[in-house]
Amino acid sequence: MKRLLFALVLLVAPWGAFSAQATPVQTVTTPSGVTAYLLADPTLPIVSLSFILPGGAVSDPADRRGLATLASGLLDEGAGPYDSQAFRARLEDQAIELRFDAGRDSFSGSLKTTTATLEDAFALLRLALHEPRFDAEPVDRIRAQVMTAVRMGEADPQTLASKALFAAVFADSPYAFDEQGSEEGLRAITADDLRGFVRRQLVRQGLAIGVAGDITPEHLSALLERTFGDLPATGDQPPLPVPTPRLAGTTTVIDRDIPQSIALLAQGGLKREDADWQAAYVLNYILGGGGFNSRLMNEVREKRGLAYSVYSTLYPFRTVGLWLAGTATQNARLGESLAVMRAEWARMAESGPTDQELADAKTYLTGAWPLRFTSTEAVAAILASMRMTDLPADYIDRRNAEILALTTDDLRRVAKRLMTPDQLTAVVVGRPEGLPPAADPTAPAVR
Amino acid sequence: MIKRRFGFRGPGSRLGALIVLVVLGLPALARAQVFNPETFTLPNGMEVVVIPNHRVPVVHHMVWYKIGAADEPAGKSGLAHLLEHLMFKGTPTIPPGEFSKIVARNGGQDNAFTSSDFTAYFQSIAKDRLPMVMEMEADRMANLRLSEEDFQTERQVVREERRSRTDNEPGELLSERIGQALWGTHPYKNPIIGWEPELMALTRADALAFYDRYYAPNNAILVVAGDITAAELKPLAERTYGALPRRDTPQRASLRDPLRALPPPAETVITMHHAQVAQPSFSRRYVAPSAAFDPQGMADALEVLDEILGGGSSGRLYKHLVIERGMAVSAGSWYRGEALDWGSFGLYASPRDGVAMADLVAAVDAEVASLLDQGVKADEVDDAKRRLTAGLVYARDSLSEGARALGEALTTGSSVAQVESWPERIKAVTPEQVSAAARAVLGRRDRSVTGFLLPEPRS
Repeated sequence: MKRLLFALVLLVAPWGAFSAQATPVQTVTTPSGVTAYLLADPTLPIVSLSFILPGGAVSDPADRRGLATLASGLLDEGAGPYDSQAFRARLEDQAIELRFDAGRDSFSGSLKTTTATLEDAFALLRLALHEPRFDAEPVDRIRAQVMTAVRMGEADPQTLASKALFAAVFADSPYAFDEQGSEEGLRAITADDLRGFVRRQLVRQGLAIGVAGDITPEHLSALLERTFGDLPATGDQPPLPVPTPRLAGTTTVIDRDIPQSIALLAQGGLKREDADWQAAYVLNYILGGGGFNSRLMNEVREKRGLAYSVYSTLYPFRTVGLWLAGTATQNARLGESLAVMRAEWARMAESGPTDQELADAKTYLTGAWPLRFTSTEAVAAILASMRMTDLPADYIDRRNAEILALTTDDLRRVAKRLMTPDQLTAVVVGRPEGLPPAADPTAPAVR
Repeated sequence: MIKRRFGFRGPGSRLGALIVLVVLGLPALARAQVFNPETFTLPNGMEVVVIPNHRVPVVHHMVWYKIGAADEPAGKSGLAHLLEHLMFKGTPTIPPGEFSKIVARNGGQDNAFTSSDFTAYFQSIAKDRLPMVMEMEADRMANLRLSEEDFQTERQVVREERRSRTDNEPGELLSERIGQALWGTHPYKNPIIGWEPELMALTRADALAFYDRYYAPNNAILVVAGDITAAELKPLAERTYGALPRRDTPQRASLRDPLRALPPPAETVITMHHAQVAQPSFSRRYVAPSAAFDPQGMADALEVLDEILGGGSSGRLYKHLVIERGMAVSAGSWYRGEALDWGSFGLYASPRDGVAMADLVAAVDAEVASLLDQGVKADEVDDAKRRLTAGLVYARDSLSEGARALGEALTTGSSVAQVESWPERIKAVTPEQVSAAARAVLGRRDRSVTGFLLPEPRS
C-alpha cells in the first residue's frame, strides 16, 4: 500500500510542470478552408510540417501494386521547372528535408526547414504536390529501387513473416498486400498511372496537417493557402475498403533454413476512434507494449532467456484494427516462446491487469507524455495524427486525464471485449520445434 | 553500436531500408553541432557535461564509460556488451530487473548501448526525477550484485540477440568477416556482440572482474541534456557520483601496443554467398584516420570527401552510377571518424538488374581512380561544405542528440572544444586537403577489404 501511495504522488508532478500553462495548440484555417494544428515554438529557428491523407497502398489498382510507394519516391524527384537533379540540389543545398511516404491505407508527407529557407521550402513542397514531372529517368531509377526492396523483402525472414501474416488475415482485401507492391505491378506502372495517382490522392478531402516550430499563425496560414489551397477538393478516390480479418487461430510455418525462428501473431484490434482506445492502449502496455515492464518481456525474456525481443502492439488502420505480437527465438525453443505468449494472452483476457500494474502503467504513460514533445518533427507528426483522428486541439492537455480516469474494471471489460486468445493467428518463419500438433509444418505456406 | 533493447520492428519494410541494408559498415553519424555545453569535473575525476535545452521540463541523463569491446581481454569478445546487460541485474538496494521498472514507474525511459570504445547508459525523464536516476546510476556504478542464475539467463538473451542481429542477417555475417580481415590483431576485429563460442564461454566471474576493473567515476563521463543548468546540476552530481571514491583504472591500451598495430598491408577480397541474399552488393572498407587519431590532420577533409563522393543524391557515386549510367540501384560512401584508434571509410554499390557485378565494380574503381588522379574541384568542395553545415541547427532540435555527440566524442579521445569548433573547421577545408586525404585513404587498396554479398549460385 505504501508503494502505491508513493506512485500516486509521483504521477502528478511531471505532468503538472508540463501543463502549468495549457499547451497552446492553435487551429489555423486558411480562406479556402485548409486547416492545421500549430504548436508555435520560437526556441529554435526551425519549422516542421507533417500531413496525412487517407489512401495509400490499399487504393493501388490490383494490377499496379506499388503505385503509391513509387509515387512517394518520385514526388521529390523533379517538379515544375526543376528536373530531378535540380530539385534534389535545391533541397540538399539548403538542408530542406522533404519526404513522402505511402502507408498501407495512408499517404503522408513531411517538411523540415530552417526559418531562413521557409519560403523556398514551402514553394518546393507546393511544386512537388502540384507539378511533379515523373520524367523517365527518375521513374526508371526509383522503380528499380523499389523492385529491389521487394525482392530483398522476399528473402528477409522478418518481412516474409509480416507479408504472410497480413496475407492470411486479410485474404482477398487490398489490406492483404504491403505498401511496396509487387514486381509485376511496379513494372507495369506508367507516368500516366502516376499522374492519375496524384489526381486521386493529393486532394483536400481528409487532409490532416500538423505544424510545429518558429512560425506565427498568420504566416502559416498564408503558406498553407499557397501550398494546399488550390488542391482539388476531392479526387474520386474510392472509399477505403472495410475488411473483416480472418483469424482462425492457426499457426503457419514457412520453412527457412535459419538458426532463429521469427514469429508474428495477430488478433482483432480496434480503430483509433474507438471509445475504448485508451483502455486498450493501457492494456497493451501492460501485456507487451511496455518494454521491460510488460508481462511478455518478463515471462519470455527476463525469466526464461528465450528471446531478445518480444512485444505486442495495437495496429490501427483507418477502417479496421489489429493487435499484433512478435518474437524471435532459436528454433529448438520457439514452441516454448509461443506457448508462453499464448498463455499470457489468455491470462490477461481472463483476469485483466492487477491494480498495481495499472497504477504503474499510469505513472509511466502520463509521466512519459512530455518526452514525446522534444523535437519539432515529433510534435508536427503528433498534431497531424490528432487532426486525422478528429482529436480536439487541447487533446495534449486532456490526454493524461483520460489515462488517469481508467480503472481495472475498465481494462477488464475491454480485455473481455477484445482479447480472443483462441483466435491468435501466427506465422513462423524458420525451422521451429516444439509447436503443438495443430500447427502442421508440412502445411503449404501461405504465399 | 548495439543497444540493449530491441526496437519494435513492425510488419512491412520501407523504401529507405534498401539503402540501410546495403551499407555494410556504420553510416557516418549525424555530426556534432554547436551545442554550447557547460562542463566541470568532480573532485573524484568524473567529467560532467551539461547541455541546457529548456523546451520541455525533461532531461536526458547519460553516463558514459571509457570502456568498450576493444578493451576486452583476448578471447573474451562480447564481455563489455554482456556486462552492459548485466548492469540491470540489481544492487543491494535495487532488486534484479527493477532498475528499468522504477524508471518507468516514474514516467521515464531508459536503455544502454555498447560500442568498441564506450559503454553508455541513459534515462529520459521529467526534470524533478533527475536526482532519483542519478542516485540509481551512481549506485550501480559501485554496487552491482549478480547471481549466477541471472547471469546465465542474460547470456542466453544476448545469444538470442546475436541470432537476431547477426546469424539471421547475412549482411552482418559478411561485415564481421570484413572487420576481421581489416583489423588483423587489433581488437576492432571483434564484433561488439562477441563471437558465438567466446560469448558462450564468458562467466559471471569474467563480468565482475571487468566491472571491478573499469567501472569507476574517474573512468566515466556524466552528460545531461535538457531543462537544467550546470549550477543546478553540480550539487546533485556532487551528492551522487561525487560520493564515490576514485579508483585506479588501467590506462587504455595505446596504439603502441603491438596487438593494436595494423596487419601487414594486403588487398583482401571476401565473397559470401548466402541463401537469404536476393540482391547482390559490393562494399569496401578502408582504414582511415579518426577524429582523435589523425596525425596528418585529415579527419575534417574526409568528411568533406564523403559528402562529395557519397552524400545524398548529389554525391559523385550516386549521380554518376545510379542516375547517369543507370548501372546501380544504390551507390555511396560513408566515413566513421568517431573512434579512439583508427576510423574507417567505406564505399558501397548494388547493381541494377542485368548489370554484371564486375562491370559495376570497374565503374566504382574508375570513379576512385579519377578522384585520385584529378582530385576534387573547388566548387564541389564549396557545395559539400554548405550541405554539411546548412542544417546545423537541426542537431539542437532533439533532447538526446547533443548528449550523444558529446559523450561519443569524449569517450573516443576528442574534446568538447573539438565538437564545438566543427563548423569552423569544415568551412576551412580546402580542395587540396580533400584531394590529399582521398589519396592517403582511398589510394591504399592494401589497407582495404572488399566484400561481395551474393545470392547462392543456382545449382
